[in-house]
Amino acid sequence: MPNPKRKWSKSRRDKRRTHYKAKVPGLGTCANCGEIKLAHRACPSCGYYNERSMFIPKS
Amino acid sequence: MRHGNKGRKLQRTASHRAALLRMLATSLLKHKRIKTTLAKAKEVKRYVDQLITTAKKNDLHARRQVMSVLYEKEVTKELFSEIIGKIGDRPGGYTRVIKLGNRLGDAAEMAIVELVDYNDIANKKAEERKNQREVKAEQKKEAVAEEKVSEAKVVEETEK
Ligand SMILES: [Zn+2]
Repeated sequence: MPNPKRKWSKSRRDKRRTHYKAKVPGLGTCANCGEIKLAHRACPSCGYYNERSMFIPKS
Repeated sequence: MRHGNKGRKLQRTASHRAALLRMLATSLLKHKRIKTTLAKAKEVKRYVDQLITTAKKNDLHARRQVMSVLYEKEVTKELFSEIIGKIGDRPGGYTRVIKLGNRLGDAAEMAIVELVDYNDIANKKAEERKNQREVKAEQKKEAVAEEKVSEAKVVEETEK
């Protein structure tokens, strides 16, 4: 069976991982109440999507 | 190759999946709006759109076909008498899926499926339910407050 000849150093491992990054979520403001919300989703604070009430939020 | 393979398996056996879709379709036609996971929502949308297209023929055969799918006879009656009259003019696209974001617990993406022309009716129902909840919560609060008052009185009496 072929095997690796050398151990990859921590430095090489970490250099590979420099490209692992967290993405910024696609955020926008709600057209109805102005709160920040996820794009293409109903607003969790007022329940509106595309100027239409989809659900009535609790409290 | 996935040629001609449409739809999701939803991690269920064929019979389990059929039962799930029938149940969800019945609920959607009964309540006009349901909340479920995004994958299920997209599957019910397809299923119910096809069902309504069948129902639009509005003959005995169509009625029997629909009856063999829906779990509640009353829902079949309502579909033929009211729903197809209300959304009959549309060339398909009788339902709408709106994403809601991820649910707590397993972070599954949730969505609402609704019949397109029933948005106002579903909203009214939701508002009524919310009002009922609020009234109940207030009654509970009052009951708790009264209990506390009566308890306090009992304590005072024993102290004397
Ligand atoms: Zn909003």
